[in-house]
Amino acid sequence: MFAEFLQYILAGLTSGAIYALAGLGFAIIYNASHVINFAQGEFIMIGGMATSTLVAAGVPLPLAAVLAVLVTMAVGMALEKFAVEPARGAEVVTIIIITIGASIFLRGAAQIIWDKEFHSLPAFSGETPILVLGATLMPQSVWVVAVAMVIIAALWWFFNRTLFGKAMLAVSFNREAAQLMGIGVKKVLLVSFALSALLGAAGGIVMTPITFTNYEAGIMLGLKGFSAAVLGGLGNGMGAIVGGLTVGIAEALAAGYLSSAYKDAIAFVIILFVLFFMPSGLFGKKGTDRV
Amino acid sequence: MLEINGLVSHYGRIQALKGIDLAIAEGELVALVGANGAGKTTLLRCLSGVQPVTGGGIRFEGADLTRLPAERRVQLGIAQVPEGRQVFGPLSVEDNLRLGAYRRKGPDVAADLDRMYAMFPILKEKRALPAGTLSGGQQQMLAIARALMSHPRLLLLDEPSMGLAPLLVAEIFATIQALKDSGTTIFLVEQNAYAALAIADRGYVLETGTVVMHAAGADLLADQRVKEAYLGI
Repeated sequence: MFAEFLQYILAGLTSGAIYALAGLGFAIIYNASHVINFAQGEFIMIGGMATSTLVAAGVPLPLAAVLAVLVTMAVGMALEKFAVEPARGAEVVTIIIITIGASIFLRGAAQIIWDKEFHSLPAFSGETPILVLGATLMPQSVWVVAVAMVIIAALWWFFNRTLFGKAMLAVSFNREAAQLMGIGVKKVLLVSFALSALLGAAGGIVMTPITFTNYEAGIMLGLKGFSAAVLGGLGNGMGAIVGGLTVGIAEALAAGYLSSAYKDAIAFVIILFVLFFMPSGLFGKKGTDRV
Repeated sequence: MLEINGLVSHYGRIQALKGIDLAIAEGELVALVGANGAGKTTLLRCLSGVQPVTGGGIRFEGADLTRLPAERRVQLGIAQVPEGRQVFGPLSVEDNLRLGAYRRKGPDVAADLDRMYAMFPILKEKRALPAGTLSGGQQQMLAIARALMSHPRLLLLDEPSMGLAPLLVAEIFATIQALKDSGTTIFLVEQNAYAALAIADRGYVLETGTVVMHAAGADLLADQRVKEAYLGI
């Protein structure tokens, strides 16, 4: 009974860690530009697909992972440079629609570059399950959670301990005052897309041995990351992490105790619940304006 | 040092500046006074590069600024203390100051921090607190100190006395006077025309996007029309 419950929680934490990374990706771009980047899920897909291809071509896994992250970051920066930046000055909604278009484009490109098949990776350190109080934990799940934790810690350091990180925060708090300090808003936007791509790609790589990936795997993952970000309060880093883990665990519990058919619906039920009853999310600022 | 020729700027289809001519020499304190909506803030925003210029030009030490991005102007030595202070509320006081020095990372930033703390001791006391928790007057001091962290040669001040208690207003103006005495060129935009003109070398009066008067600060203070319109005498 308890072992079963623990099993669901472990599964939930694993997928929740990926949603948290995707949610952070949404938060970083949202903070820099108030744009919701619906191509976030495609970053996850590209990370996994590229690593899988490189490993199949004989590149050692660690090198393949690094290369895949770099490729994804380049895609993220190209997206900013060629699709988002030319639309500067347009309404935020327009730019959001551009990102939806970009996500469709990236899926189409992935289908041409790769194919429609599922791709996989070998587990990083074997497939011998670890027994935890009667539940089984796959070593790859440990990888997922550990990588997520390392990335979150590195992000915390970047935003709290480096001048450029603080400059990115300053842009999100007060864009015009940041410009008056000489902070280049264009550069901040470019770095925010690169960082979000890094987060997505890293998540996509560590989860591929568990879930496999294909050209359209990013749709669901992106939407779940989005619901994590909305649940936590858009733009709030802590919120995205808590939101991601909550969505992951809720999904795993629903799959275990209700029916696995409802698994994917949970994230959307959460979005609707949040939008109806607490539009600013768990940690978000209340949407009031001082007049 | 700064030359503005026929500067025009629009908000959408509304013309906010209708051809401004204005000049500031090195070491001067020049005041720009005028009513709400005259275009004072718009002019400063054009100078800092955060408001598009639709006509005319701006030259700073001989170089054409008109199309230069905002961040490059900070590098050239133009810093602005914006209207309403605009400190980064959730960031600490010290982080706000460090961001002021964003364009010139270097070992002397620490020395500048000490200099600012000596000038505004209250900021040192509160350096670890979020800037949003400071009072209005303290935020104004922070906004000025933050701009000074970039080592500006031209300091643009937008309504530094707005919303402050009279005692604090006096303190802010004393600070501005001290900055001028130390050699910083200052362009001061104020609705508090009396206080601004009293410390200014020269003053400009702006009305609905046009300069209507231009004279030495003391002469404007004595001018009958200025007295009636802006000093309430």
